[in-house]
Amino acid sequence: MAIYSKGFRHGETKIRIRLAARPLISMSDDELIWRVSGGSGDGIDSTSQNFAKALMRSGLDVFTHRHYPSRIRGGHTYVEIRAAADEVQSRGDGYNFLLALGDSFARNPQEEAYYGNEEIKPLSENLDELREGGVIVYDEGLLSEDDIAELDLEERAEENGWHVYPVDLRGLAKEHGREVMRNTAGVGVTAGLLDMELEHIEDLMSDAMGGDILEANLEILHEAYEMVGDEIEVEHDLRAPEGEHDAEQALLSGSNAIAYGAIDAGCRFIAGYPMTPWTDVFTILSQNFPQMGGVSEQVEDEIAAAALAVGASHAGVKAMSGSSGGGFALMSEPLGLAEMTETPVVLVESMRAGPSTGMPTKPEQADLEHVLYTSQGDSQRVVFAPGTIEEAYEQTRLAFDIAWDYQIPAIVIYDQKLSGENTNVDVDFFDREVSPDLGSTLTEDELKEAAHDNSGKFKRFNYEDAEDGVASRSIPGQKGGRYLATGNEHSPVGHISEDPDNRVAQMERRLEKLEKIREELDEERDSTQTYFGPDEAEYGIITWGSSQGAVAEAVDRLNENGHSVKGLSVSDMIPFAEREVTEFLESVDEAMVVEMNATAQFRGLMQKELGRFGDKMTSLLKFNGNPFEPAEIVEGYEVNLADEDRQPEAQVRIEPAAGD
Amino acid sequence: MSAFNAIGEEREIDRDEFTPGVEPQPTWCPGCGDFGVLKSLKQALPEVGKTPEEVLTVTGIGCSGKLNSYLDTYGFHTIHGRSLPVARAAKLANPELEVIAAGGDGDGYGIGGNHFIHTARENHDMTYIVFNNEIFGLTKGQTSPTSPKGHKSKTQPSGSAKTPIRPLSQSLTAGATYIARTAAVNPNQAKEIIKEAIEHDGFAHVDFLTQCPTWNKDARQYVPYIDIQESDDYDHDVNDRAEAAEIMRETEDVLNEGTVLTGRYYVDDESPSYTQEKKAVGEMPDQPVAERYFDEDAEWERSYDLLERHT
Repeated sequence: MAIYSKGFRHGETKIRIRLAARPLISMSDDELIWRVSGGSGDGIDSTSQNFAKALMRSGLDVFTHRHYPSRIRGGHTYVEIRAAADEVQSRGDGYNFLLALGDSFARNPQEEAYYGNEEIKPLSENLDELREGGVIVYDEGLLSEDDIAELDLEERAEENGWHVYPVDLRGLAKEHGREVMRNTAGVGVTAGLLDMELEHIEDLMSDAMGGDILEANLEILHEAYEMVGDEIEVEHDLRAPEGEHDAEQALLSGSNAIAYGAIDAGCRFIAGYPMTPWTDVFTILSQNFPQMGGVSEQVEDEIAAAALAVGASHAGVKAMSGSSGGGFALMSEPLGLAEMTETPVVLVESMRAGPSTGMPTKPEQADLEHVLYTSQGDSQRVVFAPGTIEEAYEQTRLAFDIAWDYQIPAIVIYDQKLSGENTNVDVDFFDREVSPDLGSTLTEDELKEAAHDNSGKFKRFNYEDAEDGVASRSIPGQKGGRYLATGNEHSPVGHISEDPDNRVAQMERRLEKLEKIREELDEERDSTQTYFGPDEAEYGIITWGSSQGAVAEAVDRLNENGHSVKGLSVSDMIPFAEREVTEFLESVDEAMVVEMNATAQFRGLMQKELGRFGDKMTSLLKFNGNPFEPAEIVEGYEVNLADEDRQPEAQVRIEPAAGD
Repeated sequence: MSAFNAIGEEREIDRDEFTPGVEPQPTWCPGCGDFGVLKSLKQALPEVGKTPEEVLTVTGIGCSGKLNSYLDTYGFHTIHGRSLPVARAAKLANPELEVIAAGGDGDGYGIGGNHFIHTARENHDMTYIVFNNEIFGLTKGQTSPTSPKGHKSKTQPSGSAKTPIRPLSQSLTAGATYIARTAAVNPNQAKEIIKEAIEHDGFAHVDFLTQCPTWNKDARQYVPYIDIQESDDYDHDVNDRAEAAEIMRETEDVLNEGTVLTGRYYVDDESPSYTQEKKAVGEMPDQPVAERYFDEDAEWERSYDLLERHT
């Protein structure tokens, strides 16, 4: 049931089906938010993936959120799975079921050490966000009684109405021979406590393992499941929600979607260097390209990575590269080369908290200005910022289409959150044709008709015949197509030229492409901006990228609470979605801009692009390394736009409008 | 049917075809060694049967980077130090192309040093010509990675405290499979070495001594030179790595003392090129990837067929 609509524009009527209001803190069985915590290297991620899939297969919509340290072994990590019968598009507010597995690689506590008692963190670090009446299962085989006593767990449980179930998962796993199976035991107890069928979990285990290992895991799964009722007395009401899907579902991350968008756009070359969180896209394509006739190259650094993508594209292949902030900084010069030589290329930038190495595994939206403006000279690039899994797929394809039609670098900017979160999508969504078209590239036959100079050199950069600023290109090896590509300003056949008239003509032609791309996006394609809430609302919330889901849910709740609010999530950064954002801002009295950075970069972009509305826009900023929860946006709105006389409780910052 | 019919075309090739009508005369200073590289390429390419449109010449930045302004092939004048990653990707995209990369000593051994090491180690099938004039020319005479120790310049006013790079030894260590040094003042040897480099199936590195008459007047003009294959004083086996290492070391030791040794240092015809290796492990298709985009009957794999793992 959609509570927001894609590509919805002003002036169109759209009927929305609304769900009945649900209390902000819900302890009924209409949603499960299961958090599984442990240490890095304890298999938390794969355990959660399977559980999320099992919930999806049972007919629920799911959304996952990963929290992990930049560490291979040890350090508190968790994955949260939100599951409900209807579309879930964000993490929830807090959560209601904790499975704390313990950190088997924890460092030993010492008095002066800043990291404290790591062993207990999978339990202790997660208590603040557990909702009232929530369920806790912890592994008493890993956590000592003394540790538990230090937490005042009993007292806190009483205060908050938590239901605490200590289970010796480790002991149970040991009995069956392999300690790592405590994760399976934990899943078994979870399923028992939630009164879930084991069928889907069993199926998934059978897909992933075999032989003795499968047998032992199935055994321990059942044993743990049956402990509930036999040995564990159930005292809570929380149950797994029930739901049904109309179509077959697939569980995918933003990184999957970007990689699949590239495959379907006909991309068959990728070059890269590992860096979290970009590595996911690079890995997925590196694993798939060999079976698809494509080439993947892991190279010496990101300068080389972007330069390879440019070289491969120059020689006729649809090519891409990408990185996260630090690596993308190294790509500045090849990016500029692609702009000047009009070499089509797609780069992706997966943001994490900066500056410098920052917080490598935490999301932030603070590389926007970096991506828009890095590299010398006037920017001549396209930048899209998808906000959801579906948008990540669509906009990656769009980036390839635009890049090859207009011979311009196109960048997809996303972040650690969208990169790693999994959600379910209709399998049919991906049932599309591949578009390997090279855009404005000529064949040898077409080259015969094209303009050449007297010496037979192809006028590759012929501003006199250009259409929409685009001059057709040739590919090395083609007969009749030779020309020079250079990062210097150049003449129609590509030779270095500092003639003022040529300079102005070439610069204006390259910039004209951006105007034409804007026209195409506005007039010929579905909007890539996303709208939510009632058209006639008085107030607006504007966001971009992966904060979209939380904003969508917040807008929904605010309306349920009687506020008049609508939301806009913007994807077109360059060329900027000027018309749509202007219309939106004109239609509201005030707007709050929600983004995950400390300096309001996106609000700054809007002011620069639109040159007005400065006194209408305030900001809600978050930069503590955790993505927004819907309640934080609701609160930000209440404090900010509704002028309630209080400070927000969440770790966010509110910035007043210009001139306030 | 290929979409790239300039490649492998059998016809008479006129040397003048490599002189671009739009810019027939280079802007290099009179007496510049760069003319020697251009001339040897114009001679070598027709002799190995290459036509202008099956060759991609990729250059870096500097006086040497203008090479493809004056050599009429497909050209890509890239950025400082980055000719190699651009060039090797073009080769991966279309292995049928003849790819020649070129740049100066600052470009290749300084700012692009990392790419030089890795392109050599991967043994990409291409020719890499380094215009080595032991100076930064286009920026007006600063000390470069190959300048001798003690070299005085505006940016090293007390004389460089750094020992120069050993380009041949470094190339051998990195994994290049054809390594030679020639000099602009020896055009016949230069042409032959360039021909061998082009025909070599792997990474062929030619350190080309190109005197700079404007900014490196103090340096010798690389005469007299000794061809180690012709001289009776030298007799090493070019296929023997240890012997190659030994004579490279000597060559690098004596250059700044006034003895200019040139010739073929190392040839390994056995090692497979990178494209061969990559095909052998199943990570590169037999048909050039670039051809597929022009093949109307090509069948393209879809992400839809990957979804089972997600359901």
